[in-house]
Amino acid sequence: MADTATGPAIGLGTPAPVADATGISKRFGATVALRDARIAVAPGEAHALVGRNGAGKSTLVSILTGLQQPDTGTLRFSGAPAPAVGDIDAWRSRVACVYQHSTIIGELTVAENLFLNRQSAGAVQPIRWKQLRQRAAELLGEYGVAVDPAARARDLTVEQRQFVEIARALSFGARFIILDEPTAKLDARGINRLFEKLRDLQRQGVAFLFISHHLQEVYDLCTTVTVYRDAAHILTAPVAELGHRALVEAMTGESASTVTASVGGSVASRSDGTELLAIDGLTLPGVCEDISLSVRSGEVVGLAGATASGNVQVGETIAGLHRAKDGRITVGGRTVRTGSVPSALAVGVGLVPEDRHLQGLVTNRSVAENATLTVTGQLGPFGTVLPARTKAFAGRMIRDLDIKTPGAATPVSALSGGNQQKVVVARALATDPHVLVAIRPTNGVDVKSKEFLLGRIRQVADGGKAALIVSDELDDLKVCDRVVVMFHGRVVAEFDRGWKDEVVVAAIEGVSGGTAPAPASPASAVPASTGADEHGR
Amino acid sequence: MSATTDLTEPAVITTEPTTADATRRRLVLGRFRDLSLVPAILVLGLIGFIVSPAFLTGDNLIGVAQQSTELSLLVLATALILICGRMDLSLESTIGVAPVIAVWLVLPTSGARFTGLGLLPEWTAVPLCLLVGVVIGAANGFLILKLRLNGFIVTLGMLTMLRGLQVALSEGQSIVELPSSFTYLGKSSWLGVPAAIWICVVLFALGAGALAWLRHGRALYAIGGNPEAARTAGIRVDRIVWIVLILGSVLAAFAGILYSGHYGSISATQGSGWIFQVFAATVIGGVSLNGGKGSIFGALTGVLTLQLVVNVMTLAGVPPLWNQFLNGAIIIVALIISRFASGEKQE
Repeated sequence: MADTATGPAIGLGTPAPVADATGISKRFGATVALRDARIAVAPGEAHALVGRNGAGKSTLVSILTGLQQPDTGTLRFSGAPAPAVGDIDAWRSRVACVYQHSTIIGELTVAENLFLNRQSAGAVQPIRWKQLRQRAAELLGEYGVAVDPAARARDLTVEQRQFVEIARALSFGARFIILDEPTAKLDARGINRLFEKLRDLQRQGVAFLFISHHLQEVYDLCTTVTVYRDAAHILTAPVAELGHRALVEAMTGESASTVTASVGGSVASRSDGTELLAIDGLTLPGVCEDISLSVRSGEVVGLAGATASGNVQVGETIAGLHRAKDGRITVGGRTVRTGSVPSALAVGVGLVPEDRHLQGLVTNRSVAENATLTVTGQLGPFGTVLPARTKAFAGRMIRDLDIKTPGAATPVSALSGGNQQKVVVARALATDPHVLVAIRPTNGVDVKSKEFLLGRIRQVADGGKAALIVSDELDDLKVCDRVVVMFHGRVVAEFDRGWKDEVVVAAIEGVSGGTAPAPASPASAVPASTGADEHGR
Repeated sequence: MSATTDLTEPAVITTEPTTADATRRRLVLGRFRDLSLVPAILVLGLIGFIVSPAFLTGDNLIGVAQQSTELSLLVLATALILICGRMDLSLESTIGVAPVIAVWLVLPTSGARFTGLGLLPEWTAVPLCLLVGVVIGAANGFLILKLRLNGFIVTLGMLTMLRGLQVALSEGQSIVELPSSFTYLGKSSWLGVPAAIWICVVLFALGAGALAWLRHGRALYAIGGNPEAARTAGIRVDRIVWIVLILGSVLAAFAGILYSGHYGSISATQGSGWIFQVFAATVIGGVSLNGGKGSIFGALTGVLTLQLVVNVMTLAGVPPLWNQFLNGAIIIVALIISRFASGEKQE
């Protein structure tokens, strides 16, 4: 129906790019989100935009969709200058966007979601529901989406919701659509169907900007790829001419590949250590399947994976935050009741949670209170918490972790990010855990604290305990004796010390092990085949 | 620490055709979600019929309806506000303070027990009262939407403040000398039925119609369901919420007019403590406290249920001392019924 309008100026010579951004810069306060970045998407092209976290992809999307105004630079759609910021309808007729987070409203029907805020011609004109459903059916039929327009949106599958979003985005008449990590929540078959749909649309002349953390998908779907790194444009090239290795190198930066594991240490043979943490066949519905992992005493193991790989949830499950559907977790021979934090604490699991603001700290309370939150039982008899003992305990933690604070009574919110994170780590260590699970332990901390924290985790392991670092940051993984990589809920690879950056990044980003060049490192890298039913421990 | 969560994300089911049947069945149920209290009302009617022959008489039923009018207007206001994901507790004070301010501006400066300012002619009392409603709603909207204060606490403060204003203006006494224009709507009958009932029926029909067939009515569901998504769809979220807050306060002020007319005076405690009943009626009527869910008709069945229970209990000769206990019990029972009738968690 409403999608008959096409961009102007498909005239002589080569058509103007559907979207063309040049010299885009954007800063938020002190952080530079984009520095002189550019991108050009030709009509009907499938263009991939890749880059690691913080490369500036999201900022570019919000600039391309008119949600934010760039500080400098020009933006043109099909040769014409971009509409004014705030003119939502004008933007939507030029560029459609399927956002990372769903913009479907669950309580409303599919038909209403498709025509939200344009259900009727005028504000006082009553909505004609029958006609609306019919229009919705036509629109869905046009894009071959098999969804009942009268169904409530919350009853749809993730994949169906995504199709509805795509149909809605295109119904405004745009011939250019941005897909921001559309595959993050889909399973393999869902991804296949999504890709078929996208290729269909491409044949109809729709151009894509495809953003994904999974490089294999870029090779499967796209013809051109643009790489961003550290808020800047690195390269744009046809996908066919760019090998896996070159692409990963462009993403990570060349210098990174020469750096090898920096933290040495007395790590002789760890096979003689006793097994402290054993995960056997752990399954969380929709997150991960049949994960098995073991960490011995004296060992630091990295559990790597991209955002939706499920590695964080596995870490959280060990600490009792999620209930597993299947599988067993044992710590030092004792089984943990999954889904029970007290049980996990009792067997000796310490957790450094992913988000210190949401899960870690009570920011307006003091350093002492925060650091001793897990050990209040030891601070006085009969359930009392004696201030003197709290203070003494906290003082020990502050010295132990070198927390820069005016005093134990200072509220945590007054500390810098790195020191806040140290408080979180202090708390995890307060129980003297057998197994320390650290999720993104250096998230948002400065270089020095980072070094210190990673060193401290290493120290825990050297003291005969076990540590599991759940992260996708290469720096975090460098202190590990072994790195296990998860992708889409499965363990796909395992690397011993001495791995090369690009090999691990390739595994994290889902470039299948089979096509990646075999690493020539001394240690044996074991890239298990992606999506296989079984995998080693 | 964070609570335990079950990781049962919307499972990625990949079978498309087989779910169609289930979807259709759920849809039919979904369409009748609003009606989940209707059986309860019928059962209440049956009990009333058994308990007392006086129940099923026109006089009694009209009496119940008349007593529900003021409460039902507050429920209508609360339903609108809750659907777009907000809360306004101050409605229960608006119902008292708006008439008092209007009357204060209008009544002569001498000659009666309550002396006003006599600034404006008497016929302006009704429009003035509604205007006070607009001002209160706009003030709430300003505090919540512009200053970004917590709506619950702001309107709680407003509730107390407005109640205090009413007490101060009326010197803590009931006002009995009301302009005739002010009491007309609450007192008169049209075609043998109190005017208040007619007005309520019309307002509920308008509200239900707007929410079902108007774009801006549907926008309330979008805003309550997912404000970010509503904004990306081009809905002016703040503006609409502000209008809804104003509309809610105007409805409360109007309820104040009906109430004052009905009883022939503005009592000093008019509306005091109502907000709990209002919320209870709205929620058992199927409106979600989290926004985005519910209907005007459902809210109406909520009020009727509560009022019928009170009526049946009175007729059955339940000692009035037990009323409060039973009222609370009914709310909980009704919540349980609507929880299982609709099959959805209320959270």
